[in-house]
Amino acid sequence: MKILVPTKRVPDTDQRITLREDGSGINDDQLPFVINPFDAIALEEAIRLRETGCDAEILTVGIGSADYEEQLRSGLAMGADRAILVQCEESLDPWNVARILQALVLREGPDLVLMGKQAVDDDASQAGPFLAALLDWPQATFASKVELTEDAVRVDRETDQGIETIEVTRPAVITTDLRLNEPRYASLPSILKARKKPIEQLPLEALAITLEPRVKIIDLEAPSQSRTCRRVDSVDQLAEALVEVLP
Amino acid sequence: MKILVLAETDAGALRPASLAAIECGRQLSEQNGGSVRWLLLGAQLDTVAREAARYAPVCVVDAEKLATVTADTWAPVIARAVKQEGAELLLAGSGTFAKDVLTRAAALLGGTMASDVLGHRWVDGQLQLRRAMYAGAIVATVQLSGPVQIITCQSTAYAAAEPLAAVEAIRPLAIDLADLPARVQVEAVESKRGGRPDVTEAAVVVSGGRAIKNSADFEALIGKLADTLGGAAGSSRVLVDAGIAPNELQVGQTGKIVAPEVYLALGISGAVQHMAGMKNSKTIVAVNNDPDAPIFEVANLGLVGDVYEVVPQLIERLSQRNSE
Repeated sequence: MKILVPTKRVPDTDQRITLREDGSGINDDQLPFVINPFDAIALEEAIRLRETGCDAEILTVGIGSADYEEQLRSGLAMGADRAILVQCEESLDPWNVARILQALVLREGPDLVLMGKQAVDDDASQAGPFLAALLDWPQATFASKVELTEDAVRVDRETDQGIETIEVTRPAVITTDLRLNEPRYASLPSILKARKKPIEQLPLEALAITLEPRVKIIDLEAPSQSRTCRRVDSVDQLAEALVEVLP
Repeated sequence: MKILVLAETDAGALRPASLAAIECGRQLSEQNGGSVRWLLLGAQLDTVAREAARYAPVCVVDAEKLATVTADTWAPVIARAVKQEGAELLLAGSGTFAKDVLTRAAALLGGTMASDVLGHRWVDGQLQLRRAMYAGAIVATVQLSGPVQIITCQSTAYAAAEPLAAVEAIRPLAIDLADLPARVQVEAVESKRGGRPDVTEAAVVVSGGRAIKNSADFEALIGKLADTLGGAAGSSRVLVDAGIAPNELQVGQTGKIVAPEVYLALGISGAVQHMAGMKNSKTIVAVNNDPDAPIFEVANLGLVGDVYEVVPQLIERLSQRNSE
């Protein structure tokens, strides 16, 4: 069994995101970067599937510049067996991410792709279903529980209506939600061990993909979020003021 | 521009997110010329098709094979319908249904998609869309380029459409369903919402946060106040993670985006990812025992206090008002 875990490198979610003065992008010079939290959950789940008895090779993938190596190393320290860095300096929209991942899946032949339901930078939630459609594989999105069966996967999905339990045949793409697990912190020995694990550098050209841009960013703004808060001193005052605004 | 709006139904009725999407479709077609129609999939659709026809003409694919919603079977049917009808824009309301089904269909149509759109404008005949990034810290204006544009719109950004004066036509589409895959089995759906409206659909949302200690207290404080106000109960992420509130109640970047008339944040400090999900509410009311909690920065009305003391008193005052 082989599990492929695509990841995205994103600013740490605890950080305040601001725009550059010329509005061309976010101020990322000083920002610490991490593996997208949902992708870390996907990687953790792959490791747990291996720990609970499935004999899996776990391959993690990043698409980006040389800076990405640090996050791939942390994925290897968590427990991935090897990593691929697809070298690409451009920022990609979900369509092109999915096309690159499709090429990698065809090259590596995994039985399962586990990835986050969304990346917390662009919040698009598109790459997973895009990849599944391109591969013509079934998908299970928003997984809060994953169980392998003989030749299928049983997944609990977090939907607007509640938890939906589905069974999908393998190979499949599964996107992971918050409640699936809590990713581990890598121990010092595993961090040291991860230094020796291989990271394959793969130029985008090697995948024979010509980018097809679909989403062009015209403008970015940082909207003000604050309002003037009227503070009241008692529940009576609160109830009175509340009644005024109730529909 | 030919526009199709994918209808989302729940228990045989259109969901409010779909009425917001049809409103968005109407605006786009009025501004740019063209037409807007429903695309309605499922089985035994007579009743819901008649309801939909009050808002726009309906294209129906009614088949037993589509009785259960799975992205695996619905996406190819949607893509075929879009091609057959020559639609240039495919719309749906935001939510897990669209994120699963419509996104897969979008890939089959060339992957030209903008999710969770907050608004739009036309510049030189080109459609530009506003959408949030980085948990709402940044709002981007984007332009799509590709064969068919696919958009999900926030139901909080477009008002629910009003019915038309006359009922529109219902037209079945002939679409080949013979080769649909059978790779996904739906075994069960379990909801714990307990009869209250969905957080994305209610005019009043009462949400609890870290201050709430257990499920019984959540029900006694948040649930009861929600019922008193005829609203939905919501939650911050921390309560869902702790198993105190059910998953589908979570408001925030990683949960649901809401913008009700009134949002009550009770014992919620105001993490960035939570505020991304509710900061566009018309009025925000915050109760928190920490006077410096960030939630007060986005609130219109605030009381510093312990929710365990404040909420029961508030329920009492508002119940008196209800009975008067």
